[in-house]
Amino acid sequence: MAVTDHTVDVSHAMISTPVPPGDWLVVTPIIITVLGGVVCLMLRKHTKIQPRIAIATLALLMLSNFGLLARVLDKGVVTMVMGQWLPPYGIAFSVDATGAILALIASIVAFATALYGVGDSDATARRYGFYPFLMLLMTSVSGTFLTGDIFNLYVWFEVLLISSFGLLILGSDKAQLDGAVKYGILNLIATTLFLIATGYLYGLIGTLNMADIPRSVLTLPDKAPITTVAMLYLLAFGMKAAAFPVNFWLPASYHTPRIAVAGVFAGLLTKVGIYALMRTMVMLLPVHHAMLSGVLAVVAVATMISGVLGAMAQSDLRRALGYLVISGIGSMLAGIAVSTTLALTGTILYAIHSIIVMTGLYFVTGMAVRISDTFALRKLGGLYGKSPLLALAFFILAMSLSGLPPTSGFWAKVVLVDAALKAGSPWLAGSILVTGFLTTIALTRIGLYAFWRGGPEGTPDGTAFAYAQSHEVATPDVSAAYTGMWLALGLLVGLSLFIGVAPNGLVAIAKTGVAGLIDPSGYIGSVFGSTGGQL
Amino acid sequence: MEAGFAVLIAFIFAASIYLMLARQLIRILLGISILSNAVNLLIFTAGRLEREVPPVIPNSSLVSVGVTANPLPQALILTAIVISFSVFAFLLVLAFRTYQDLGTDDANEMRVAEPKGDFKPPIGY
Repeated sequence: MAVTDHTVDVSHAMISTPVPPGDWLVVTPIIITVLGGVVCLMLRKHTKIQPRIAIATLALLMLSNFGLLARVLDKGVVTMVMGQWLPPYGIAFSVDATGAILALIASIVAFATALYGVGDSDATARRYGFYPFLMLLMTSVSGTFLTGDIFNLYVWFEVLLISSFGLLILGSDKAQLDGAVKYGILNLIATTLFLIATGYLYGLIGTLNMADIPRSVLTLPDKAPITTVAMLYLLAFGMKAAAFPVNFWLPASYHTPRIAVAGVFAGLLTKVGIYALMRTMVMLLPVHHAMLSGVLAVVAVATMISGVLGAMAQSDLRRALGYLVISGIGSMLAGIAVSTTLALTGTILYAIHSIIVMTGLYFVTGMAVRISDTFALRKLGGLYGKSPLLALAFFILAMSLSGLPPTSGFWAKVVLVDAALKAGSPWLAGSILVTGFLTTIALTRIGLYAFWRGGPEGTPDGTAFAYAQSHEVATPDVSAAYTGMWLALGLLVGLSLFIGVAPNGLVAIAKTGVAGLIDPSGYIGSVFGSTGGQL
Repeated sequence: MEAGFAVLIAFIFAASIYLMLARQLIRILLGISILSNAVNLLIFTAGRLEREVPPVIPNSSLVSVGVTANPLPQALILTAIVISFSVFAFLLVLAFRTYQDLGTDDANEMRVAEPKGDFKPPIGY
């Protein structure tokens, strides 16, 4: 083909105006974390420098996400297209309030994990890539929350999968390999289902841009098999989010990696599935979402009840927490099933609350193990005597997860129950409350056995506090050497309390996000501009 | 031609699901490998099949003349192939390491992470 020597008019295919400087915030989370990850990878033998780079990178990520959230709240949905191709040709990154707030909370939790990792990861774990994988995990989590293209979402899911594999098998002991096989295979099948659904969707409407999909779906003839696509998305993201019948990979694997990894997994991975479910079902396929809301409600109840019953049946602290992650997913699904503005606000609030609190609870467990050297509930005991501060942190986080004031969990549950009652599904509201009650029982038992009683099983109770003190083998080493761990825990506990005391700002942001999901005209306008993309 | 491809893809899906229902890890992995190929074919077919017409726009025109093959599904498949290949390679190594360490590739016997007959939790306070 001859090279043209005259200027070609590309205005019908490309954007010619430069990107406003503020819009670059849309891609900076990706750039920052990839660069940080690469630098850490190059310095993989310098295990003392790695944490500093990671903490600085993730602090920068927090700042960037904070700026992005401020910009989204100020100007509405922010869109940036890659390679300046005019939508829907290129891949667009579109950020609304839902994506921005979740990205911000995720980066805060990742920052806390990096702090916690200073004490939790030894030189071997760092050489095998704890920090690089953590940052690449954040690349994919940010990408998932920020992208505006459904195939690009699939790519981020795969990046997420690969980096989580790396984190999962850092110690490569037997239990980790066993857990990683189950986690890996089932999650790969889930992302493949997502890809199948996306293939069908592309075959039906010929577009992958998330702003283009809602209106293209409306123009389809009645007999088009779009319900199949909706079902496949529900199954794929339900699997990712650990919804009831397809969640057995989670309790099989989440207790095997080191605690910092388990904490960040429990916080982020399942919520990414919830976010994708909200994005596809509520924004892209609202009609079919309404059709499937009955299924979603049943799945939600089964997930929350089976999750909390699983937690009550465990004697291993970490495995009990894995089931509590699942139980929380049920509450979020309940909000998606009801799907009013209020209910979806509740889902976003619950997702934020669950990200913070589940990570915090795993961190508490990790520190408890440093004192007692065991995860078994029967062998734990006397933690209150050894570290009252840790007991306080556990108490606050347990209150939060049970949904008691003054913590973040209270408001999330209030909004969800209120929404379920207003939408005329009292049984859904009842299930959330029963689950909260059972969660309280499960956590109270952990609190009583691990923290309150004087010593592990076999020591005389009642006089047990003195017994535990007199039999202390060594001073618990959770003081000075573990500043990072305490800082991380303090950050998460403080955040949960802060949301509990002053929820208004967060509720307003969540409401803005939900309004954008239910009526995506702002999203579409941001991607296609005033012309509406009718070329 | 799409109908024929659809039937073919259905057979490939059936084969992969049959393999994935097995207990042996290696069969499951083969099933996954076949599954990802079935998905690639599905995307290719969903983008409509057109023989041997490259999507090249002649110099004299601004839009393509007549029907051309759809280039987008090919880009999607290329991405999916690279991803599924790398993940499959990882899973193969993981499965082999697991076989070495656990001494079994039977999914029913892989109970290290969730041992049978685990302690019951304490009942009373």
